[in-house]
Amino acid sequence: MKQHYRLAVIGAGPAGLAAATTAAEQGVEVAVFDEQAAPGGQIYRAMESIPQHRARQLGDEYQRGRELVSAFRASGAKYFPETQVWSLNARREIGLLQQGQARAVTADQILIASGAIERPVPFPGWTLPGVMNAGAGQILFKAHGIVPDDGVVLAGSGPLLLLLAWQYLHAGVGVKALLDVTPMMNHLYALPRLPRALLAGHYLTKGLRYKRDLKRAGISTLHNVRGLRAQGKETLQAVSFLHNGREQSLETAALLVHFGVIPHAQLSRVAGCRHVWDDSQLCWQPHLDEWGRTSIDGILIAGDGGGIGGARTAEHSGRVAAFQALYALGALDRTARQRLARIDRKWMREESHIRPFLEAFFRISDDMLQVADDDTLVCRCEEVSAGQIRTAVADGHRDSNQVKFLTRCGMGLCQGRQCGEAVSHIVAAASGQAIQDIGHYRERPPVNPLTLGQLAGLHSEQTE
Amino acid sequence: MKADVLIVGGGLMGFSTALHLAMRDTRCIVLDKDSPGRHASGVNAGGLRQLNRHPAEIPLSVVAAGMWHHISDLVDADCDTRFPGQVRVAENETDLQSLEKRAALLRSLGYQHEEMIGPDELYRLVPALAPHCTGALICRSDGYGRPFHALDAFRCKARALGVHYRSDTRVDGVVQEGDEWRVNTVQGEFRASVLVNCAGAWANHIAAMLGEPVPLKPGAPMIMVTERLPHFIDPVLGAAGRKLSFKQMQNGTLLIGGAHMAELDLVQECTEINWHKLALSARSVMTLFPQLKDVRIVRSWAGLEAFMPDNIPVIGASVTASNAYHAFGFSAHGFQLSPVVGRILSQLILDGTSELPIDSFRIDRFADNRS
Repeated sequence: MKQHYRLAVIGAGPAGLAAATTAAEQGVEVAVFDEQAAPGGQIYRAMESIPQHRARQLGDEYQRGRELVSAFRASGAKYFPETQVWSLNARREIGLLQQGQARAVTADQILIASGAIERPVPFPGWTLPGVMNAGAGQILFKAHGIVPDDGVVLAGSGPLLLLLAWQYLHAGVGVKALLDVTPMMNHLYALPRLPRALLAGHYLTKGLRYKRDLKRAGISTLHNVRGLRAQGKETLQAVSFLHNGREQSLETAALLVHFGVIPHAQLSRVAGCRHVWDDSQLCWQPHLDEWGRTSIDGILIAGDGGGIGGARTAEHSGRVAAFQALYALGALDRTARQRLARIDRKWMREESHIRPFLEAFFRISDDMLQVADDDTLVCRCEEVSAGQIRTAVADGHRDSNQVKFLTRCGMGLCQGRQCGEAVSHIVAAASGQAIQDIGHYRERPPVNPLTLGQLAGLHSEQTE
Repeated sequence: MKADVLIVGGGLMGFSTALHLAMRDTRCIVLDKDSPGRHASGVNAGGLRQLNRHPAEIPLSVVAAGMWHHISDLVDADCDTRFPGQVRVAENETDLQSLEKRAALLRSLGYQHEEMIGPDELYRLVPALAPHCTGALICRSDGYGRPFHALDAFRCKARALGVHYRSDTRVDGVVQEGDEWRVNTVQGEFRASVLVNCAGAWANHIAAMLGEPVPLKPGAPMIMVTERLPHFIDPVLGAAGRKLSFKQMQNGTLLIGGAHMAELDLVQECTEINWHKLALSARSVMTLFPQLKDVRIVRSWAGLEAFMPDNIPVIGASVTASNAYHAFGFSAHGFQLSPVVGRILSQLILDGTSELPIDSFRIDRFADNRS
């Protein structure tokens, strides 16, 4: 590994792969750092090693990744798998960890392609063993073929939940029920956005097909579910909820939940990029221009890490950001940058038609986002409840950081990844302020675990 | 808005001053450009240390230690204080000699709170320490607290006694008209007969408005904290030959500081960790506690603080204006002094004199080398 690269790409999902391939093909030296062992990101995880039959169970959208991965392999981009990024700063210095060795490398241009994380939504019992994120369930399935062998309840909202139900169905997993927590009112709000969504009708058709297949297989989908609660002593034993005004309960040892995805913005935050609240996607997003440029010179973002757009949009935005980086590096002139980006922009426009509809349709209720139940743990690392956060607000602490200082909420090993969004929602609601004014936790590096021994061994030429 | 005393800066010094004034029925307003304890006061390492203080600070520090030991009497909360002592270890003959010299100095000044201990007692107190250390200087009544909890306790007590606090109120200018200070802020004008400057890293702005700028240098010392570990060390540990402060908190995490500085941008008010320098702290820990090699670092940060060229603060009356006072420039060791500094300022303001010697902290001591 060198000390300096012209272009560094963080993440090897669709955005990172497309960007790195584009830049390498133009003859620019590019390094790709990714924590996984093989290229593909979360969406195309294990693409190169997956058995044929399992790939088929995952559906045709997954198969799309094959071309992207092989083009990347052929491009000549320097690829550093199993490499964690634990820091990034405005001087474009990246802290890396590779086989236990900490390093600091710099780059003229840096593209963050860190993708999305599942929106963490605390609800009563969510920390019980047996409750897992749907995304984590999907990773186990993609990478290792592991599925819940004793049946599963799926709960939450969003396309991924439906997709996972469909994938499980094809893998022969007993899906006991799909509990949809999106409020009925969403349909009303989504309706005006439907005509535009029809322009990207293939997504709607696919969704309807999944639903039809689930129905035919006899899997019950309950809509407008409220009061979701995981129950059990040591581990999960049952899921209870309100449906049609009736309290119901399902026995299960596995509950997979999903509440949509949000940008994985830890790196852009720790670097100090400006972020804005997006009320349609209900999340903080880095502020980007049409080329993926952040507020920091030479740091770009593409893909879901810059705002949720899905895998195809990620790929195109990766290329657009690569053209910008190439332009900044003097490898492309302005006209070429414009011309080359045109086709990707067209595809991004096509892809964007579906988003407003999806965002309105799958919007999570305020009740859930604001963790209405006082006893529910919000920060599982430091064991801070929603009630304790509201008490801190009542005592005059009026933003996320003050609440964090006082309660230790967000100070645990996960670095606030699990509770940051919920705390923003809770503090905003409890203090009657707009969420933009509450802010997110100030990100404190390292964003990935680093040991004292590894830091002591930091390899660099700048050591005093 | 009008009060008796206007205090610029809602950190520990500002709230401590307000609290002591309010205890004597003086109406105060604390103006802050951010939120309470946003910078150094809220995020420092929380050391309650008399050990190795500058001789001028010793009288203040000793009184402050007494106040911290009974801090609930002052603010109705213990601020999470613990007093397991602080040690400064020697790793070689040179270290040992410098510590012995220091102990002798203390004795000559008539103080007993710092004493030398040999390896036997050192390893009895800190059995986890690497075996090469040869002795230590110890202050048994030292300890630590939780800064944000302390800040919150001072703020709440001050509020209970009628102190007004205004956040997001940056001071743009000050004018003295007759017996009255008129302070212009982004939130309008405030008036009072007395003005106090506790503005931390930004204190020089206020000092300059009073016509007495000082060679203050803002700095941002870095701290890192680890995951929780089983309890293994009691005292706070430093070393004669290293920039290091090392302690295990009540919850098991290790707090590692050492005055290595982050990059900082005073205008944007942001700091950036310098990993190459923080690695030096990690290396110090590896030398003194090699068994901690696999302990994970959870967070690192840096708080914005004011440093003076001689590393001791400015405390006292303005020399250019009447009814104006300063307390800033604590150079990263103000946390421990905060209760006594508030009391000193309240005495200066209300009685015209302080119970403790503060002449070394005069603002005009830099008169010959203004920056």
